[in-house]
Amino acid sequence: MSATRLSISGMSCAGCVTSVEQALQAVPGVEQAAVNFAEHTATVEGDVSADKLVEAVKQAGYDAAEMKGQNAEADKEAAEMAHYRRLLRKTAVAGLLGVPLVIGDMGGLLPALNTKLGQPIWLLLGLLTLGVLIYAGGHFFTGAWKAFRVHNANMDTLIALGTGSAWVYSMVVVLFPETVPTLAQHAYFEAAVVIIALVNLGGALEMRARGKTSEAIRRLIGLQPRTARVVREGKEQDVPIDEVGLGETLRIRPGERIPVDGDMIDGHSSVDESMLTGEPLPVAKQVGDEVVAGTINVSGTFLFQSKRIGADTVLAQIIEMVRRAQSSKPAIGRLVDKVAGVFVPAVLLVAVATFLIWYNLGGPVLLSHAIVATVTVLIIACPCALGLATPISIMVGVGKAAEHGILIRNGEALQQAGKLEAIVLDKTGTVTVGRPTVTHLVPAPDYSEEQLLQLAASLEQGSEHPLAHAIVEAAKQREITLSEIQQFEAITGQGVSARLDGEPGYLGNARLMQRQGIDIGELEGQAQQLAGQAQTPMYLARGQRLVGIVAVADPIKADSSAAIRRLQQLGLKVIMLTGDSEATAQAVAHQVGIDAVIAEVLPQDKNRHIEQLQQQGQIVAMVGDGINDAPALAQADVGFAIGSGTDVAIESADVTLMRGSLHGVADAIAISHATLRNIKQNLFGAFVYNSLGIPVAAGILYPLMGVMLNPMIAGAAMAMSSVTVVSNANRLRWFKSGAQS
Amino acid sequence: MIWLVNLLGLVLMLAIVWWFWLAKPASVQRRADSDSVDILVDDGVYTPSRIEVPANQPITLRFLRKDPSPCAEQVIFSDFNISAELPVDQYKEITLTPQEKGEYDFTCQMQMYRGTLVVT
Repeated sequence: MSATRLSISGMSCAGCVTSVEQALQAVPGVEQAAVNFAEHTATVEGDVSADKLVEAVKQAGYDAAEMKGQNAEADKEAAEMAHYRRLLRKTAVAGLLGVPLVIGDMGGLLPALNTKLGQPIWLLLGLLTLGVLIYAGGHFFTGAWKAFRVHNANMDTLIALGTGSAWVYSMVVVLFPETVPTLAQHAYFEAAVVIIALVNLGGALEMRARGKTSEAIRRLIGLQPRTARVVREGKEQDVPIDEVGLGETLRIRPGERIPVDGDMIDGHSSVDESMLTGEPLPVAKQVGDEVVAGTINVSGTFLFQSKRIGADTVLAQIIEMVRRAQSSKPAIGRLVDKVAGVFVPAVLLVAVATFLIWYNLGGPVLLSHAIVATVTVLIIACPCALGLATPISIMVGVGKAAEHGILIRNGEALQQAGKLEAIVLDKTGTVTVGRPTVTHLVPAPDYSEEQLLQLAASLEQGSEHPLAHAIVEAAKQREITLSEIQQFEAITGQGVSARLDGEPGYLGNARLMQRQGIDIGELEGQAQQLAGQAQTPMYLARGQRLVGIVAVADPIKADSSAAIRRLQQLGLKVIMLTGDSEATAQAVAHQVGIDAVIAEVLPQDKNRHIEQLQQQGQIVAMVGDGINDAPALAQADVGFAIGSGTDVAIESADVTLMRGSLHGVADAIAISHATLRNIKQNLFGAFVYNSLGIPVAAGILYPLMGVMLNPMIAGAAMAMSSVTVVSNANRLRWFKSGAQS
Repeated sequence: MIWLVNLLGLVLMLAIVWWFWLAKPASVQRRADSDSVDILVDDGVYTPSRIEVPANQPITLRFLRKDPSPCAEQVIFSDFNISAELPVDQYKEITLTPQEKGEYDFTCQMQMYRGTLVVT
């Protein structure tokens, strides 16, 4: 039974306490639930997940979140360290018997088996070996037996059978030498204990190497402070992070890390979000802005109110997403799964066949060869290296991507990103900054710039569109008073219309003007000229009279050209997709070095264009803002949601870029290539190791060179094969972003 | 003697094929009054390793990992695209709703821990 603590918000009276308690008590598995009204917390005992408890509270009409620190990771590390030490202890004990036995055997220091002195000594060594096998290798035998009972065979099966059969055969030789031909009278106690020592050592080394593979997760977890300074009843106090509730006021000083997510309520500052987004410059924050856990307050002191705690913070969600992605498997790993599934029983069959072949070819005289070959086959086979080859590289690759502010949803997305042929970039907010500003006002005769802007801003004041925002902002800067409008209507892909002083007004593109039958002839040339300079000209008309052109431009991001060049160097066909006019789109494309443009696309048609490219047989990626471009992102083989900081909707696409730079796309693709290459190396190595190792262990070299592989060498090779796979995957940690190159 | 050894060897090979590939372990069905099954993760095996559940009904599998070695760290249901990290000595719940009848394997990363979800 375990206890869960929840922070409850929305409780205003003692009656609320009863309803929350009742809601919690009703959840199956809850033994006891107690709500503390003063602290706005609930402590629940029982075997039940926190998610179910939170859900129950929400259904009762309140809000709740689990109060949880990141102690789980510390517990995990402690458990792993204890296991690591246990493995080393077992290695030492097995080595303590194994090494002298090997020296004694090789140096001829031990008495012959079938002598009066020899037999009791060897019997004693046999019993000592048994003790070591039980202490240092007991877990292999237990595991093998348990697996056997459920019709499964695993790594433990191979180790237990290999070392067990070496010990049994040796004991038969010691106790009943007459049953074994003289030439086959050899004991293999040293092999049994040395193999156990090596396998334990391999396990410990692998564990060590694996620790490095989860470095990215540990780094993210390390961003979470352990304490927070809360303001309760006017007093500031430091409390452990898992005691911070929803709606609490927290104080942050310069240089401190923000403990939970919330909204700034007093003060202003700049916050370094680079650890989450990869964005190197601190972000200015003022009252009303969101701050997120894990980021560092650079300058001012401020107060903020917590709104997401525990597993709900952006940081916790990133950690959870990276964890989930790290344990997912791409298609490339599926075939290996099939092989690994039948691998161990197949090795058992090969081992029996090896014994029979040697026994039939050599007869009882070569019985010892048959035994050695069988044991060696069992020991050298390494299903672990095979099984580890894919997931361990995915783990490091996905973690590395996260360090660069790139969140990859799963292994499949990582694999697809490596196969891309074409990449479609949305213009606004992807290639450009996404914050357009008014650049030119071209009034028609009889109108002034002021009048033009006043009318345009009045028409646009009700619109959510970024272009509208730019126009209203420009009017505000000139302190222009806006007029009231009626019957506002946004016409998708064309513009807006509304009634202004009883007269209809239109602001939009040429298509809108044509639809209304308005003659744009007198300003068309200027509009085209502006469009040719990467600006978006919008016509303004009142009734049937053209009032002028408002041109708005969205500046191109400073690093877009360099990133697009990188994408092209990666062999991708780069296409820009936009709702803008052909001329504006061409002008932007020209500036950033894109030669393929699809312009004047209505938002709802974006996914159709992706589909068309796919029908031409291309593997297509779409890069967009994740919200407006969601259908196109979903249609693409890989959807990249490009964000601008921590407000990005995590999990909205296959790949989420926390930083609003296209370099993230190039980095994600480069990481994907590196990871796939790494997986292929691992798989190749593991397949080659097993397919060469097993025949050599079976004695295929004996007829040619007269040598048999020593089972102890097989043990060392097996132990090192997993370590090699993990170490190779660890090389991915050295991946560097190409953004500066 | 030689023929006896050969005969024993061939019988052993047939037994391996039968035991590991053809015969299936007994399934554990969830209790009628519960929508969850507890699974112990220890000593290289999931216990129970074969779980029978009805189609189109949510089932919660509660994994309790006792084995601290990294092999046991993850459980992967590749057919359902689900994977989870299992904390040591704590229950980890995985809820899924299998829709089509059939057998679905769940394994650790290295495929050494193996279990089957039998959807009936």
